[in-house]
Amino acid sequence: MSSAFASSRTSGSEIVKELAFFAVIALLMSVMILGVETVDRPTGLELAVRWDLVLIAIGSTVIGRLALIVRREGISRLVQALMITLAAVCVFEMFVRFRDMDDRWASPVVLDMAVGSFTSIVVTVCFLAIVFAIAYFSMKEKSAVVVDESTKISSKIQVAYRSNTKKIGLIGIIFFFIFPLIFGENRSAIDLATLVMIYIMLGWGLNIVVGLAGLLDLGYVAFYAVGAYSYALLSQNFDLSFWLCLPLAGIFAASFGIVLGFPVLRLRGDYLAIVTLGFGEIIRVILINWYDLTGGPDGISSIERPSFFGLAEFSRRVPEGSIGFGDLMGIEYSSMHRLIFLYYLILILALVTNFVTMRLRKLPIGRAWEALREDEIACRSLGINPTNTKLSAFAIGAMFGGFAGAFFATRQGFISPESFTFLESAVILAIVVMGGMGSQIGVVLAAVVMIGFPEMFRELAEYRMLIFGAGMVAIMLWRPRGLLSFRDPTILLNMSKKEKVAGEAK
Amino acid sequence: MSMLKIEGVHTFYGNIEALRGVDMEVNEGEIVTLIGANGAGKTTLLMTCCGSPQATKGRILFEGQDISRMPTHEICHLGIQQSPEGRRIFPRMSVHENLQMGANTQDPKYFEDDLEMVFDLFPRLKERINQRAGTMSGGEQQMLAIGRALMGRPRLLLLDEPSLGIAPLVVKQIFETIKKINREKKVTVFLVEQNAFHALKLAHRGYVMVNGNITLSGTGAELLANPEVRAAYLEGGH
Repeated sequence: MSSAFASSRTSGSEIVKELAFFAVIALLMSVMILGVETVDRPTGLELAVRWDLVLIAIGSTVIGRLALIVRREGISRLVQALMITLAAVCVFEMFVRFRDMDDRWASPVVLDMAVGSFTSIVVTVCFLAIVFAIAYFSMKEKSAVVVDESTKISSKIQVAYRSNTKKIGLIGIIFFFIFPLIFGENRSAIDLATLVMIYIMLGWGLNIVVGLAGLLDLGYVAFYAVGAYSYALLSQNFDLSFWLCLPLAGIFAASFGIVLGFPVLRLRGDYLAIVTLGFGEIIRVILINWYDLTGGPDGISSIERPSFFGLAEFSRRVPEGSIGFGDLMGIEYSSMHRLIFLYYLILILALVTNFVTMRLRKLPIGRAWEALREDEIACRSLGINPTNTKLSAFAIGAMFGGFAGAFFATRQGFISPESFTFLESAVILAIVVMGGMGSQIGVVLAAVVMIGFPEMFRELAEYRMLIFGAGMVAIMLWRPRGLLSFRDPTILLNMSKKEKVAGEAK
Repeated sequence: MSMLKIEGVHTFYGNIEALRGVDMEVNEGEIVTLIGANGAGKTTLLMTCCGSPQATKGRILFEGQDISRMPTHEICHLGIQQSPEGRRIFPRMSVHENLQMGANTQDPKYFEDDLEMVFDLFPRLKERINQRAGTMSGGEQQMLAIGRALMGRPRLLLLDEPSLGIAPLVVKQIFETIKKINREKKVTVFLVEQNAFHALKLAHRGYVMVNGNITLSGTGAELLANPEVRAAYLEGGH
């Protein structure tokens, strides 16, 4: 806590007031999330109340706050460490109870363990000792020193990142390329990686509109939907192959981007956001209601899977006149082949998106996007046509959304308007913002954090959203401008990299 | 022959009439300054020449061509560049990138030579070439704004208050550079200023604007000697 408080001690009644305030907040927040649960009983659904969890939540909040107060008031670190240990025990208790729902009002688990068998006593004591030791030794007497050191470390990381951006990017690409070799047999790992990759591609596409051109687009999912439905409809109605439909889906999405772009040319900021949000919803509502074409809420099913560049099929029973992938390669059939192929397909699509963006940034059009984000009036007075610049940003961003949509349709084999809700737009936007607007590697990082982690921790059920929220709060506190939020010049003149990094660091 | 001719221009912001029939002209090779108090309409006149906002009535002729209905970005392609009020450099881009943006209207083959020319005029910019423009001092940013305008190879350069918020020593330096640009690069300059003393000393001719009207005009020396101008704009510190 801030050192301003450290000098003057707060009176006891004020501390009690503060603790009561936090207890009330903890109560309000936990009573709906932890307090009630619907239980499936033979008699039907019933509402079960879980006051013990609420109590423990309030307890750990109050103790944690007390630890902060103790820290703020400059009381010895022995007491601080004790408080933290106590809070840790509370949290542990909460998790154990949440997992093991029977035996509601039993005595505390830690106590049970402490008086149980010899091993459990040892385990308990070790646990407490470790928590206490960590709390005790990580504590500094003066809080100011901690802040100083942590900023130093973060600026060190920043400098290291900046001077090695290319290397980091290369390592990332190599990692994603050999990923299926490592996890080749693990179906869920490949599936998850493909999903993350879709979001990376969408993030990179939206980054053109939001990160580079500075146009806040809340309806990006509309282009994703246009791409997905154009592929699904073209392949079902006209029997076109995936490889022909992919560019078509991109073109359709880009033209929708221009259609959206025209009416919003004059809008900026919040107003633009509202209109794009509306556009996203319009597309979704059309998809639901135009039953004859889109199948309405039922969606479109059994969408054709992509072939191996038209050379071979991935299915077990190969249709007449074509050969299977396994036969082509001279290897045995495996259902993993298609998944790995899809993974590489989206990887390459995403890399193309990235490559095009990086190239565009160095071209006049990309520079004009960035200039437009910085200052529209200055742009116009330098002879840049803002209309064309904005439309091109919308169109190119939408095109990549369309590619990703076509891929999504062919991967899922089934699409419905439910996949294209506002939530998707929000997630994609969150990836861009969290990554640090305009940062390509930041988008990858944010997509892994936002899509990968929640999927990995699926066992935690609805609690993962709690952790997700906590993660968002943490990012807001420590990296409010995004994980990797700084823009470097695209071209450097007459200066070695080291000099430049040193110049930027001061 | 007059390069820029403004004939009876009226400009409105909504219902407010900011310019009430302005007539003035800028001849080729001149430095012409427009002085006046806050809110007189100086910046509005300069921006009207660039088509943002557009004049409601009257004509603006650039080398005989009426530009009063043209969009801003097309006007710059004719050879008019400006350093706008408040400089409006791109703060998150480097100095080099800002100058690249200025060369937007030009053939890339001129770029290297023009860059040399700007660095000759403003050696400070060369030192700061890879620095983020937003982290520079006000004077350096003003140099960048003028340099950026010069990258567009203008024949007419519009400058809006280049002395605003800048240390007096740097102001002097910038005004000397403007003189140099005019004399050596044969660029006609239209300068809008509140710093009347410096501006009139520099300019060949000057205009005085009050409430959207031109009230006085003459050579720089005449206006400097004019008792009205002295009383209104020069007394008190200069």
